[in-house]
Amino acid sequence: MTRASIDVDQVERWIREFARVVADNAQFLTDLDAAIGDADHGINLDRGMSAVVAALDEAPQPDLAALTKKVGMTLVSSVGGASGPLYGAFFLRLAASLGPADAVAAADFAKALRAGVDGVVQRGRAEADDKTMFDALAPALDALDAGLASGSDLASALDRARVAAEAGRDATEGLVARKGRASYLGQRSVGHIDPGATSAAMLIAAAATTFGADG
Amino acid sequence: MKKLINDPADVVAEALRGMAIAHPELRVDHTHRIVYRADSPVQGKVGLISGGGSGHEPLHGGFVGPGMLDAACAGEIFTSPVPDQMLEATRNVDGGAGVVHIVKNYTGDVMNFEMAAELAAAEDISVESVIIDDDVAVQDSTYTAGRRGVGATVLVEKLAGAAADQGRGLGEVADVARRVNAAARSMGVALTSCTVPAVGHPTFDLPDTEIEVGIGIHGEPGRERMPVRPAREVAELMLDPILTDLDFAGPDGAIVFVNGMGATPLIELYVMYAEVAAILEKSGIQIARSLVGPYITSLDMAGCSVTLLRADDDLLRLWDHPVNTPALRKGC
Repeated sequence: MTRASIDVDQVERWIREFARVVADNAQFLTDLDAAIGDADHGINLDRGMSAVVAALDEAPQPDLAALTKKVGMTLVSSVGGASGPLYGAFFLRLAASLGPADAVAAADFAKALRAGVDGVVQRGRAEADDKTMFDALAPALDALDAGLASGSDLASALDRARVAAEAGRDATEGLVARKGRASYLGQRSVGHIDPGATSAAMLIAAAATTFGADG
Repeated sequence: MKKLINDPADVVAEALRGMAIAHPELRVDHTHRIVYRADSPVQGKVGLISGGGSGHEPLHGGFVGPGMLDAACAGEIFTSPVPDQMLEATRNVDGGAGVVHIVKNYTGDVMNFEMAAELAAAEDISVESVIIDDDVAVQDSTYTAGRRGVGATVLVEKLAGAAADQGRGLGEVADVARRVNAAARSMGVALTSCTVPAVGHPTFDLPDTEIEVGIGIHGEPGRERMPVRPAREVAELMLDPILTDLDFAGPDGAIVFVNGMGATPLIELYVMYAEVAAILEKSGIQIARSLVGPYITSLDMAGCSVTLLRADDDLLRLWDHPVNTPALRKGC
């Protein structure tokens, strides 16, 4: 059984796990971006997440809002490109929704993730099937909500979210990009998986790994 | 990869260091990666800042100086700078008359400048943002991020810079910038890909026998590929979409800008310029002013772009206004 609530320590481990996965896959993400973008997604996100880890090493954060706000601000200040403001918006909205608590219930955590994704949509103005990170995040949140609503514990609900995110990521291969630099390619963007959807699926998978292992 | 660099991760910082030493008339903030006029803020003058990913040199840092930009924010290579940089630059160039942000239309640049402008507004600094989107290679803006900002950026920085130098107000300077963007169109062709230092290999594969038409300035692939052909035909296929998109046959003619992408020698740019001029003459478009050279580049990409700007009296006077920057100097 997963614990009923998510605490600061767990969220920090999720963020560190995401940083680790991004670092391991920086070249892979950059290669995906070279095919339809400008060959920097892995490099940029890795630089940002390394800065996040350094900031967390330097000063432990007292509560959930402080922690996720620190992550968001660090990403905004260190990543650049589109992924800086987008991942930054995700964590800043997460912070606003989680509030200065030590721990929240699983349902509130799911609600905060949804607020984070709303922030991404507001900054990036992406819609479903635009071939962006939203195409991995949206189905993941739907799966998470459905899982929790049907009475699953957080670990199994997050695992369903991971599967949905990865399916959403894979489905971007068939889409024509309508946002970002990939959109300049039009039809030529078809046949390539979106690098943003790929890193977003890693974010969800990192949550499933972290919170699943806590069960 | 063969490049005159040390650690690929240090390219931007080290280039800024060299620039600071070579140009004592500039002040470089190495922490925030901002190039300033040494005398900024100029009291009473509208401040002009731009910025973007590095790798397009001399854009933007090379255009900092009297008659052009007050500050330029350097991002990582091909990656937009972050809001902290633009906010810091905005604060430091504001001479009390407000600040214009010149932003190339790329998703990342627009988002990061947007955040900076929101933060500056919260500090009661008046900011006008102008988005540059002159690239006709991107046709369908309903289903894309919109047209890209390319060659017109150089012209906007020159002309709006002159307007600010003449003492025009914030709204007027921003209007000049928007007017230039609305009257300018560009198209680019690549003969080779570029190589991002941190990546180490060419961003795309382009066979020796092919050219890529409709490229941007970040090694993003273009609109289509075709076999190599003579300069005359390349000039035609660049000008066709430009002339179809906007009427340049006005009484004041056009400012014509042939730009090198980084690795193409000037001798080829002049060959291209002669071909462009011949087509314009046939189309009844008078050349009012010219600019030829590598001004907005894409690292070591070979190729060129053509930008046409429909001129008017005011724009020509602004064009002839003195400018004194590392990369563009005239009338002084």
